[in-house]
Amino acid sequence: MSEPIKTDVVIIGAGPIGLFAVFELGLLDMKAHLIDILDKIGGQCAELYPEKPIYDIPGIPYTSAQGLVDSLLQQIKPFSAQYHLNEMVDTVEKIGDPLFRVKTDQGKEFISKIVVIAAGGGSFQPKRPPIPGIEPYEGKSVFYAVRKMEAFRHKRILVVGGGDSALDWTLNLAPLAKHLTLLHRRSEFRAAPDSVNKMMALVGEGKIDLVLGQVTSLAGTDGQIGHAVVKTNDGSSFDIACDVMLPFFGLTMKLGPVANWGFDLKNNELIPVDTASFETSVPGIFAIGDINWYPGKLKLILSGFHEAALMAQRAHHYVYPDKRLVFQYTTSSTSLQKKLGVAPARG
Amino acid sequence: MVKITFIDAEGAARTVEGEVGATVMETAIKHGVPGIEAECGGACACSTCHVYIEEAWREKVGEPSPMEEDMLDFAFEVRPNSRLSCQIKVREDFNGLTVRTPERQA
Repeated sequence: MSEPIKTDVVIIGAGPIGLFAVFELGLLDMKAHLIDILDKIGGQCAELYPEKPIYDIPGIPYTSAQGLVDSLLQQIKPFSAQYHLNEMVDTVEKIGDPLFRVKTDQGKEFISKIVVIAAGGGSFQPKRPPIPGIEPYEGKSVFYAVRKMEAFRHKRILVVGGGDSALDWTLNLAPLAKHLTLLHRRSEFRAAPDSVNKMMALVGEGKIDLVLGQVTSLAGTDGQIGHAVVKTNDGSSFDIACDVMLPFFGLTMKLGPVANWGFDLKNNELIPVDTASFETSVPGIFAIGDINWYPGKLKLILSGFHEAALMAQRAHHYVYPDKRLVFQYTTSSTSLQKKLGVAPARG
Repeated sequence: MVKITFIDAEGAARTVEGEVGATVMETAIKHGVPGIEAECGGACACSTCHVYIEEAWREKVGEPSPMEEDMLDFAFEVRPNSRLSCQIKVREDFNGLTVRTPERQA
C-alpha cells in the first residue's frame, strides 16, 4: 500500500453540498480531499438528472442540475480540492483527538483531522432486479458486477438488460462463454449504437442469442442457478438454462458502509447532527446535506449550503485549535478576497 | 376536480381527487396511496412509480416517451400498458382514470 494521504479534511461525497463545503472550508484555510463512488463529480445532480431544472437555489432563478455543479466547480476553483472518484469509503477509524484514518475500497488511505460526510442518499450501487427469491443466488451465481472475466470462462451466461453495462459485458464475455444469452425487455436498447451494432452482428453470426422478455423467477439449488424463467411480451413463458446470471438494472442509492460506522441512525438511514455545527455524535465527524437529520430537516440543496457554512466554523477549532476565528465577509475582507484570488474592492 | 382510482395488486381500490396539472404520482403520494414509492421524486430517474393503465384509458393517457421507456427497463413485470405515473399529468378529461399498481416496485 502507498503512503497515506495527510489532509485537513476528507469529504465523503462530491455532490453539490460536498463541493460547497470545499468553499466554506477553503475560506478558513482548510484543505479538502473529496471521495466519491461515482466516476464523475456532482453526485445525484450529475448522475441522475443533469438536464433537470432547479428553481430554488437562492439568487439563481433557474439552473440545470449539471449547471449548478459546473457553477460550484468554478466557485471552488481557488481552493484546488483533490478528487478521488470511483472509490467508496469503507472505514472511518478514530485514531486521535480528533484524527481519523479513512480507507477506501481501492486501498487508498487518508489521515485526516476531520471528516465531513456529505453522502446524500448514500452510495450508488448496482440495482437489484425485482425478481422474487433472487437473494440466495446473489454472489454465488448471480452477479451485479464483473470483477474477473476468467471466472465466467466456459459458463453458460445470461446477461439481462439493455444499457451500456449489459451490452459491454455481452461483447466482452461472448468470446469466452460456453454460451451467452442477452435478455432484454424490448428491441430498443439504451446502449451506445456502436455496441448495439456489434452485439447484433454476433447474433447474426450465431455466436450469441438475443431474447426479448423479462425474468419472472429463478430455479436452482444452494445458490447455484439452473435456469431463469422468462416471460415474453406475448405472455408465454419459457426457461433459459444458465450457470450465471448478470443483471444490469442501473444504479440505486444505498446507505452502504456508513451504516457500520457506529452512528445511532435515524430511521436506519440518516445521521443525527447538532444544528449548531452539524457535527455527529463523534467529535470531528460532521454530516451535511441529505444524509443528516435534525428536527425540521428539509432535504434541500440550500439547507445543505447553510449546514456546510456552520460546519466549517466548528471544523476550524479542530484543525487550528490555537487560532482565533474572526468572522468575515467575502464582500469586504481583503484576506478572504486574497484566498479567492480576486482583487480587493478598492478604487 | 378529477377522480383517480388506484387498484393495488390485491385488488383493493382507492379513489382520490387529483388536481389538474399535477402528476398521477404526485396525486398518489399526496393522498398516501400505497404501492407507489417515487424514490427519485418525479425526475423520471427511477422506476418506482410504475403503474398499469386500465385498458379503457390507454389511448387517452397515451404512450410512454422514449426516456420513460428506458426507465421502464428497470421496473418489474412491465406490460404493454405500463407507465411511470410521474410522467402522466392529470387533465380535465381524466375524471374516472383507473390505474393498477404492480405487485412490487423495483
